[in-house]
Amino acid sequence: MAIGRPAESIAEIPTAESTAARWFRIVRQFCRQRPLGAIGAVIVLINLVVAVGANVMAPYDPLATDYGAMLAAPNRAHWLGTDAFGRDVLSRLLYGSRTAMLVGFACAFWGATVGAVIGVASAYFAGKVDLIVQRVMDIFLAFPLIILALAIVSIFGTGIGNVILAITIPMIPRAALVARSSALAIREMPYIDAARAAGFRHKRIILRHMLPNVMASYLIMLTAYLGQAILLEASLSFLGLGVAEPTAAWGLMLRGAAVQFAESAPWMAIFPGLAISLAVFAFNLFGDSLRDALDPRLRTQ
Amino acid sequence: MAWTPLLLAAVVLVASPVAAQEKPRYGGELVFVVPSELPSYDGHREGTFGVVHPMAPHYNTLLRVDPNDRTGTKIVADLAESWAVSPDGRVYTLKLRRGVKFHDGAEMTSRDVKASYDKIVFPPEGVGSQRKGQYTNVEAIQAPDPSTIVFRLKWAQGSFLSLLASPYSWIYKADILAKDVRWYEKNVMGTGPFLFVEHVKGSHWVGKKNPNYWDKGKPYLDGYRAIFMKDAAPQVAALRGERAHIQFRGFAPSERDSLVSALGRRIVVQESPWDCAAWVVMNQDKKPWNDRRVRRALTLALDRHQASQALSRIAVVKDVAGVQVPGTPYATPPAELEKLAGYSRDIRKSREEARRLLREAGVPDGFTFTFMNRGVPMPYEPVGVWLIDQWRQIGLNATQQVNESAKHVGELRGGNFEVSMDAQCGYAVEPDLDLHKFQSTGISHNNFGRYTDKVLDDLYQKQSRALDPEERKKYVREFERRLLDEEAHQFVTLQWHRIVPHSAKVRGWTITPSHYLNQQLDVVWLAE
Amino acid sequence: MGKYIVKRVLLMVPTLLGVAVLIFFLMRVVPGDIVELRFAGESAFAQKENLDKERVRLGLDQPLLTQFIRWMSGIVQFDFGTSMWTGAPIIEEIKLRFTLSMQLAIMATIVAVVLAIPLGVLAAIKQDTWIDYTVRIFSIAGLATPSFWLGIVFILLLLIVFKWLPPMVYTPFWVSPVQNLAQLIWPALAVGYRYSAVATRMTRSAMLEVLREDYIRTARAKGLWQNLILSRHALKNAMLPVLTVIALEFAFLMGGLVVTEQVFNLNGLGMLFVESVAHRDYTLTQALVMLVAFMFIFVNFLVDLAYAWLDPRIRFR
Repeated sequence: MAIGRPAESIAEIPTAESTAARWFRIVRQFCRQRPLGAIGAVIVLINLVVAVGANVMAPYDPLATDYGAMLAAPNRAHWLGTDAFGRDVLSRLLYGSRTAMLVGFACAFWGATVGAVIGVASAYFAGKVDLIVQRVMDIFLAFPLIILALAIVSIFGTGIGNVILAITIPMIPRAALVARSSALAIREMPYIDAARAAGFRHKRIILRHMLPNVMASYLIMLTAYLGQAILLEASLSFLGLGVAEPTAAWGLMLRGAAVQFAESAPWMAIFPGLAISLAVFAFNLFGDSLRDALDPRLRTQ
Repeated sequence: MAWTPLLLAAVVLVASPVAAQEKPRYGGELVFVVPSELPSYDGHREGTFGVVHPMAPHYNTLLRVDPNDRTGTKIVADLAESWAVSPDGRVYTLKLRRGVKFHDGAEMTSRDVKASYDKIVFPPEGVGSQRKGQYTNVEAIQAPDPSTIVFRLKWAQGSFLSLLASPYSWIYKADILAKDVRWYEKNVMGTGPFLFVEHVKGSHWVGKKNPNYWDKGKPYLDGYRAIFMKDAAPQVAALRGERAHIQFRGFAPSERDSLVSALGRRIVVQESPWDCAAWVVMNQDKKPWNDRRVRRALTLALDRHQASQALSRIAVVKDVAGVQVPGTPYATPPAELEKLAGYSRDIRKSREEARRLLREAGVPDGFTFTFMNRGVPMPYEPVGVWLIDQWRQIGLNATQQVNESAKHVGELRGGNFEVSMDAQCGYAVEPDLDLHKFQSTGISHNNFGRYTDKVLDDLYQKQSRALDPEERKKYVREFERRLLDEEAHQFVTLQWHRIVPHSAKVRGWTITPSHYLNQQLDVVWLAE
Repeated sequence: MGKYIVKRVLLMVPTLLGVAVLIFFLMRVVPGDIVELRFAGESAFAQKENLDKERVRLGLDQPLLTQFIRWMSGIVQFDFGTSMWTGAPIIEEIKLRFTLSMQLAIMATIVAVVLAIPLGVLAAIKQDTWIDYTVRIFSIAGLATPSFWLGIVFILLLLIVFKWLPPMVYTPFWVSPVQNLAQLIWPALAVGYRYSAVATRMTRSAMLEVLREDYIRTARAKGLWQNLILSRHALKNAMLPVLTVIALEFAFLMGGLVVTEQVFNLNGLGMLFVESVAHRDYTLTQALVMLVAFMFIFVNFLVDLAYAWLDPRIRFR
């Protein structure tokens, strides 16, 4: 693979300007060169704002039932209609974004971070340690994802914390694989050999050369995992293995009654489905462009 | 609202419940969907309707529930043509039909009946019998001559006939059992109206007409095909596309509505209260659930009458009920039921009472506890959402913990919960079967509340041994009042509601409160 | 090369063993008990001694290590035992479902390849034009749509618009090819779309990279007909990573289509998986996990071989 030539990276912009001006320039450049990525970033931002401000924005208490207004079609009082318990779909959607963002960011952060640490360590220590770590990672990679999630949720129960665990664990070996190959590629570069021959310490080599290269793939993994985690959370909740009612969560909104009423009350299924797709879509769009910007040659994920 | 649920069901019912008025047509293959897959083929060993629906047509039982009886409580003859009970109620002598043949041509005699019941009641080493515990009262089974079978009981038991009508107690062939007692786990050989043709795992099960069936003129169908489909959406699609005639277990209200709106007069809906109820159980090993005031508060908070109307639109629950299926002989009439805690129509008063009880018990406002539920969409999850909302209105904050089914059973058994959803289902409406679970822990294998209540156990015994129906009714009522109100050990939320929409072509099948009953298909026929 | 193959095969053993240990102990840590579940129907009447008898019969009363060794020694002789739930040999349980899953995976792969390769190549050649953007949006949308949601929408649309119904029972290809394909084409399309999204992205980025290689630039400069270069040189080099992704997705499809199988009523491995776990059918779950893990590892092995064959340096690492 052709990894390792100096990347055309946005991180190489001269550092003479003030930090704010520099960031502004980076953002402007990103928007101009990658309009798709910019659109994604805006949607991500909106999602975050909604997640934080759900309690201010939501017109109703997401838990408040109203048996007089069950399965109401979108109307002036309930813009996106109500669900089987007469709960406001819009309010539950807004609060659901909180669950999605929390799970998304927590999983992506822990998955990518723990994975990167294991991957770099494995590449750095090499030899037997690397061999053993790789075999352990292989085991988890070969293990069917649904079984792992099922087992974790069965052992620990449902709930946001356990869902995060169930999603993060399968992410770790995948992240470790990527981080390890980036770290290895750098480790085997001629100039690293030269640095070693010149008597530089491992610490210096790792900090100055290996880590920055891993940083790029780390960021890319982070954004890619965000979307995946949101999707997985929705899938697990849909299967009844995710967060539990009455917590507002998009996948949960699609479970049970939403499927049964897909024909007679389609708003119950359409809006949460769109919310999931849009959020994951935005994260992927942004992540893709970020990847192109950071390293056009990094292939996987 | 003055009604009986059966009356209500009759309004919904379009088809004539008594097939006899029309002349049955011969021929045709009945195609039905089974929302489960069967484990082994041995009905004595298994406990799921997934075994009964595809397999019951291959077998007969000694007695059975009248296929035209909507209450599912009327016992009629099957392989036994008559029976007599000794004056002390301890000896049951049954006369068997002559000329009944197994599918391999061999004659069925009392030897086969004895061998089958011996396997159920006194299973040999290494043979699992699901129902051994139900027949603990049987002292001996005797076959004095080829057409007579005698059951000797340890004590008089009013419900013993319904145990002989259990839809699982199929009569097997003695010679086969003698050679290999586990043969029936993988093979089929009965006396029933249909012969076994084929089983493709995970896919379907096929039976064809038994031309030599002992009940001359039956069955009407040429055969049947049971299709295994786990998910509800394709089941509905199969009925909607008229590729399957019926799914005997039941559909959700929304599914019924979409079928009716799509097929109009080509679909018929039969509904009945279900012999299953959604229960709430509190773990009395944990505080504050050992305090009866707190338990009573939980049941007082529930507006059952409103839920009956609201939840019945979205879930398979409907009737406000006590410990027996509404409309059946031992059920408490609605007016009397309203006297129980949490059954009153004045919900404000009930909730005030609930708050008062909580205060007295020292449970603070906003008290948080975990409510454990089973991760099954129908009807557990909607009822769970409703319960949490109801408790919120008396200042209790329940967070839900949803478990996958297998774990749910494990956690209930292990006592790792505070308050949980539970269910009680029976294959027949019969207090002995329906109430057994609520006796003291140790007597009932499934007392998840972990309480001991000698008074309750005593009432169970009294009702079980009462031979006079009125006397028995009295004990059942007392049992109910103590369980649901005075002690509030566990309580019913709503009775499940069975909804079976089916092709208008299907005739001769009558819904009962149990999805285990009435599956022999000998009287079912298909109209043009 | 021979030495490399031997080394890779030997490395498969510890991984498979690890998977075996993991699933064996995981299943036993997960709460739930097959005996309780079997007798749950009327278990208020269940008696402890009766349940214990059943445990003895299933061998669940043995020490864990004994159970594990017994299972392993069976596997070494290719004997997977019988299902604890149905009592039927595991091979018999898996056979029919495997055929269906395999066929669906193959059909979805064909759909994905047919979509992904032309789209990916097109997007790379026309990088940063509206064509590229359209392709990318189309493929990212595929990744962003939850499969269960897509399945439900698909079924509803098919039902209402085309009056198409999911199959009642599976008809094997050799019994009736037309009926068989008519049944599986829709789920194959639904799965293939998502799958193609992954492959399209990979094709695009691999192509982009190859297009930047020096010899392609040289060829372009020499004025060779662009299409010719693309098909002859570029595509061949871009094939490997694309092949990798397709192969791994294929392995994933073999055991991971739970929701699709559910909504389309397909009697495949995914549903069997969920059922066997739900019943705590240890033997069947273990066998299925081993099967899926083996498929994954084996596909990986083939991919590695392909790499090694094309790039001799790898063999000597």
